[in-house]
Amino acid sequence: MNRVLFGITLFFYFLATFHYLLFLINQRESIGKVCQITTIVGFGFHTVSIINQMVSLGRIPLTSIRESLGFFAWAIVLIYLILEYKVKIRVMGAFIIPLAFIAVAVSLTFPIITTPLPAYFSSAWLGIHTTLAFMADASFAIAFGVGIMYLIQERQLKHKKPGAFYRRLPNLDVLDELDYKAIALGFPLLTLAIVTGSIWANSAWGYYWGWEPKEIWSLITWLIYAAYLHARLVGGWRGRKAAYLAVIGFVLVIFTFLGVNLLLPGQHAFK
Amino acid sequence: MSIVVVGLSHKTASVEVREKLSFPEAKLPDALSCMGRCSMVNENVILSTCNRVETYALVKDVEKGSEILKDFYLEYHGLKDDVYRNSLYAYTGREAVRHIFRVAASLDSMVVGEPQILGQLKDAFDHALANKTTGVVMNRLMKKTISVAKRIRTETKIAESAVSISFAAVELARKIFGDLEGKSVMLAGAGEMAELAARHLVNNGVKTVLVANRTFERAETLADEFGGRAVKYEDLAEEMVHADILIASTGAQHYILTQKDMAKVIKERKNRPVFLIDIAVPRNLDPDINKIDNVYLYDIDDLQSVVASNIKERQKEAELAEEIVEEEINTFMSWLRSIDVVPTIVAIRDKAESIRQAELERSLSKMGELSEKQKKQVESLTQAIVNKILHTPLVALKQSAGDPEGSSHVEAARVLFDLDRQESDEGAVEPAGHGSGAETR
Repeated sequence: MNRVLFGITLFFYFLATFHYLLFLINQRESIGKVCQITTIVGFGFHTVSIINQMVSLGRIPLTSIRESLGFFAWAIVLIYLILEYKVKIRVMGAFIIPLAFIAVAVSLTFPIITTPLPAYFSSAWLGIHTTLAFMADASFAIAFGVGIMYLIQERQLKHKKPGAFYRRLPNLDVLDELDYKAIALGFPLLTLAIVTGSIWANSAWGYYWGWEPKEIWSLITWLIYAAYLHARLVGGWRGRKAAYLAVIGFVLVIFTFLGVNLLLPGQHAFK
Repeated sequence: MSIVVVGLSHKTASVEVREKLSFPEAKLPDALSCMGRCSMVNENVILSTCNRVETYALVKDVEKGSEILKDFYLEYHGLKDDVYRNSLYAYTGREAVRHIFRVAASLDSMVVGEPQILGQLKDAFDHALANKTTGVVMNRLMKKTISVAKRIRTETKIAESAVSISFAAVELARKIFGDLEGKSVMLAGAGEMAELAARHLVNNGVKTVLVANRTFERAETLADEFGGRAVKYEDLAEEMVHADILIASTGAQHYILTQKDMAKVIKERKNRPVFLIDIAVPRNLDPDINKIDNVYLYDIDDLQSVVASNIKERQKEAELAEEIVEEEINTFMSWLRSIDVVPTIVAIRDKAESIRQAELERSLSKMGELSEKQKKQVESLTQAIVNKILHTPLVALKQSAGDPEGSSHVEAARVLFDLDRQESDEGAVEPAGHGSGAETR
């Protein structure tokens, strides 16, 4: 049942990705509508899949890579849909929805974990900690997509060769502002995720901070985004370098998420 | 009956020729009625702009029609030279409709997608209406033309990108700042193009205009014009902190802003972006300034290349527009065919004949045994009745073929005999035109 639901979700995200890319090329309003509808339908199936998974497992489905990548994609689409509704820049979907599609597709290649989980996984802090962490990651994913758009548009304007993207992408100001807002949303979520994680660690193992790889990399990510926000608020830091930072920050997020889980040992290295 | 276009445009004739053959607005009523008196011409419209002079006419004979119109051009303007005659082009039938649609949609214009031509065409139509030189066909053609042009404007991006230097500057500013509301522009030096660009920026939301000029009085006059503020020429670098956009057009022989100056400005602006437009030759602004983050420097060549690429983009959209034109020609031509006399007569005959056949068959089967001779007699009786009844209306239709009111007769006949039931041809029932003298319905 769950396989079928995720399969349908993946199919709709594929359709949405395809149409967003088509929309990026031909800019026809009719295609834009298809983008929106396929994304919303896909998101609907995705939501049902996750609820169904939750009911059958009897817990929040965030304890394996398969589950959490799926949730990460769900959060990306959720934030994106709110964003599209608010700012009405549909072409953004071409840079964000593919991320959700890839995340769902990759998640389905990971095994379903059926072995019983250690007792400390049943803590309520688990749900809060992981939900916050993946919502933060999803915000950074949005910042990544918008940052890429900024870098493309900035390049077009600097090199004075207005090509296809110059016409199709929105103005620099709105992209810069959205990038900032996405990070300003993700940063407090990440902060809370780290705090609730330590509380959980303390209740499970008796210490707040264990200097294990995931913690260290999360801290690095946190510092990068903290530096971004500080420079922006105090020094008016913006533009190309800020967009690069949004992109690099997300690469770190992905490494902290997948790289650490798969390559490095530790309490977080669930599969 | 055929639609004919005869005329000349910037593509076929120089301005010297165009001005000789043009119809000034004051002379239009006279020219329209003069042309209307030509024996071949039933309906006509004259479009006369600085880039093209064209007449759209409904003529009785295609071949003779275009020659007569060419003669009219020369005779009306009292010209004999073959140069003038040879610069005139003629399109007939489908080609003529295509040409009219393309002209109105600005696909044949010097600057593809420019918006004026449609308004000029509407005016030309209004003149023709006022002089009662149009009828069912022209009225419908002109209305269709206007709606095709509007459709192309909304369904393609043919008129979207900027194709002049000053509009390209506005377009770029929008790509950098988004909304220009509340932004400020600095004019360094004055010149026609700089003022025009500033004017466009102000029209698009720019609030503050600063003016720096070597002669302070000149700066003050210009600042007054824009409701702005004059600044001292020496303070340009410091004042740039307050300006989001700079239009530089001074006659200075050296750079008025260096990379170092701008680096300082951008630091003080806390990285808020700046758009610098250098339309001076020799250039006013150090090209290295463009290397600074959040600063966008465009010189006159850069703007020109933006315009060139925008023109290319419009041409791409024009291909889409051509498809719409073809589609619309088909609808119009099928309407035109439907009001043509001959097919209508054939259709009425066919219809009557099929009714006669059906009724005859039904009656014969009920009559029992009849001799061959009797059968023949009944058959010719039915034929005679049909022919007698149809005779008068069909003759009237035939006679109306060359007559301006003919098309309304045809339309009426098609409705009365219900000839267009299967086709969804709104043309046969919808009265065309407003207040045209040639209309009887």
